[in-house]
Amino acid sequence: MDPAVIFIILTAATPLLFAALGELVVERSGVLNLGVEGMMVMGAVCGFGAALWTGSPWLGLAAAIAAGMAMSLLFAILTLTLVSNQVASGLALTLLGLGLSGQIGEAFVGQPGVKLPSIGGIDPLIPLAVVLTAAVSYVLFRTKAGLVIRAVGDSHASAHALGYNVIAVRYLCVLFGGACAGLAGGYLSLVYTPQWIENMTSGRGWIALALVVFASWLPWRTLLGAYLFGTISILSFVVQTKAWGIPSQFLSSLPYIVTIVVLVIISGNRMMMRKNTPASLGQPFVPDR
Amino acid sequence: MRKLLMSAAAAAVMLGAAAATAGAATKACWVYVGPIEDFGWTYQHHQGLEAVKAAYGDKVETAYVASVPEADSERVIERLARDGCNIIFTTSFGFMEPTLKVAKKFPDVKFEHATGYKTADNVTTYNAKFHEGRYVIGQIAAKMSKTGTAGYIASFPIPEVIAGINAFMLGAQSVNPDFKVKIVWANTWFDPGKEADAAKVLLSQGADMMVQHTDSAAPLQEAEKAGAAGFGQASDMIKFAPKAQLTAIVDNWAPYYVRRVGDVINGTWKSQSSWDGMAEGTVGLAAFTNMPDDVAKAAADTADAIKTGKFHPFTGPITKQDGSVAGEAGKPLPDGDILGMNWYVKGIDDKLPQ
Repeated sequence: MDPAVIFIILTAATPLLFAALGELVVERSGVLNLGVEGMMVMGAVCGFGAALWTGSPWLGLAAAIAAGMAMSLLFAILTLTLVSNQVASGLALTLLGLGLSGQIGEAFVGQPGVKLPSIGGIDPLIPLAVVLTAAVSYVLFRTKAGLVIRAVGDSHASAHALGYNVIAVRYLCVLFGGACAGLAGGYLSLVYTPQWIENMTSGRGWIALALVVFASWLPWRTLLGAYLFGTISILSFVVQTKAWGIPSQFLSSLPYIVTIVVLVIISGNRMMMRKNTPASLGQPFVPDR
Repeated sequence: MRKLLMSAAAAAVMLGAAAATAGAATKACWVYVGPIEDFGWTYQHHQGLEAVKAAYGDKVETAYVASVPEADSERVIERLARDGCNIIFTTSFGFMEPTLKVAKKFPDVKFEHATGYKTADNVTTYNAKFHEGRYVIGQIAAKMSKTGTAGYIASFPIPEVIAGINAFMLGAQSVNPDFKVKIVWANTWFDPGKEADAAKVLLSQGADMMVQHTDSAAPLQEAEKAGAAGFGQASDMIKFAPKAQLTAIVDNWAPYYVRRVGDVINGTWKSQSSWDGMAEGTVGLAAFTNMPDDVAKAAADTADAIKTGKFHPFTGPITKQDGSVAGEAGKPLPDGDILGMNWYVKGIDDKLPQ
């Protein structure tokens, strides 16, 4: 394959990978946050704005992460402290993020952004996403902290009985998820397409959510899923430029078709699903019950 | 907690659909397919809304709903009709059937559908001859290209987009008969990431002229990064690509909107099909930049010829991709043939999606 095409694929897959890795950790701790899209778009707008004002794309990236975390903190307060419904709160978070970012971003429309410099011709966030995958995998499966996160996600009552602070663990995981989603958004507005346009995430948060299930909550498989999704999306464009006469509508839907097929195959393997699905996923926890 | 959640939801709803203040004024409403801040298609329609506000002040009340998915538009249009809008502009091709459906239920409300082809007693269509601008940029592209290949990011295979590709190609062929165009159908009007991906792929496949019929500045930014050149879409995008933008096709809906809302206020509104172009100023071209003077001069001459009606981009005979011929020698194609165009001109390698 043309190296230029491989680079395009990596660029397209990286924001999905960041957001999906964050959500993976959140779900491993037993929390379902459907607000990825909202956190991501807030990361995009705040990252863009901060980079524009300070002139530093790195500060922009920091602001993107902070914005994602602020959004996830709101979600954590609603669902963990106030024990409201996670699905409804997550959806509300997405709506809030999309609306609020449009309002904040009004001043940025039509302004070219500040692009994050590439190091040696490569955007530094692309290898960082791989490093983050390794780190998440290591922490989740090779450290005590990871064991605690998985315990909290699989059986919060048992973890609580063992003396672990379930709510605190979940707060930290949700915040990590927000940081990752914010980073993914910052990647969009500072690296991928350095500009701010309302709703520029265009559903990538939802794809990230699907990737987590696709990967059956395993980090390396998430990376594989993101790269596979990116590959099929980009190759569908490459095929079009060859004018082979394959209907473009079919090519455009191919990434989604493949995702569904793989999901069906994975869900067919019940043992594996049971082994990896966090058992307490989406269930609220009240410590003194 | 509930209060927090409710205010969050309320904020989201309020931001999504800006409601106008009450009054007995004529109410003009818009349904947009994208966000008003796309700096492209929807942005320009919204500039038209602002122009209506400025022109009529207290006599008119405006409202709009942005980012309406085409599949879900009927509900939105119906809600606006119920909310007392006197005239509703629906500004995307995909809103055609929903607009007609709602119009049937509300015979007293005037509907105006952009870029479609179906009218009714209370439904007008309006469109702009974007292909006029695209002929000019085709000429520029053929003169400026070193590889003799343009990359074209198309949205959906509808007549307006197909006519745009054909006009671009005819313009390019008038300079270089062997000019090639590589077409990618993004199957979206608006997704900056996807548009950037498509642009990168096209640039990596030997295209050095970036043409787009999608709405964000992302493809132009990619052209700038790759040292290629391109054309802005809907708005002047020179800020995004100071070294790459050659010109941009600029939409200007304001005169039309002001006129039509005025017709409603005066009670003179009639159903019609309106199709303005460069002559009326609905289709404009941004300044010719990043090109030698002689190329700019030739482009300006072509634009003037189109404006004054001396030249028509679709002048027969035109050889189609399948070898058959359209139009009569020396005469422009009838409007209906352009508005319903579903064939490529000769020289395009792509197979038209059906």
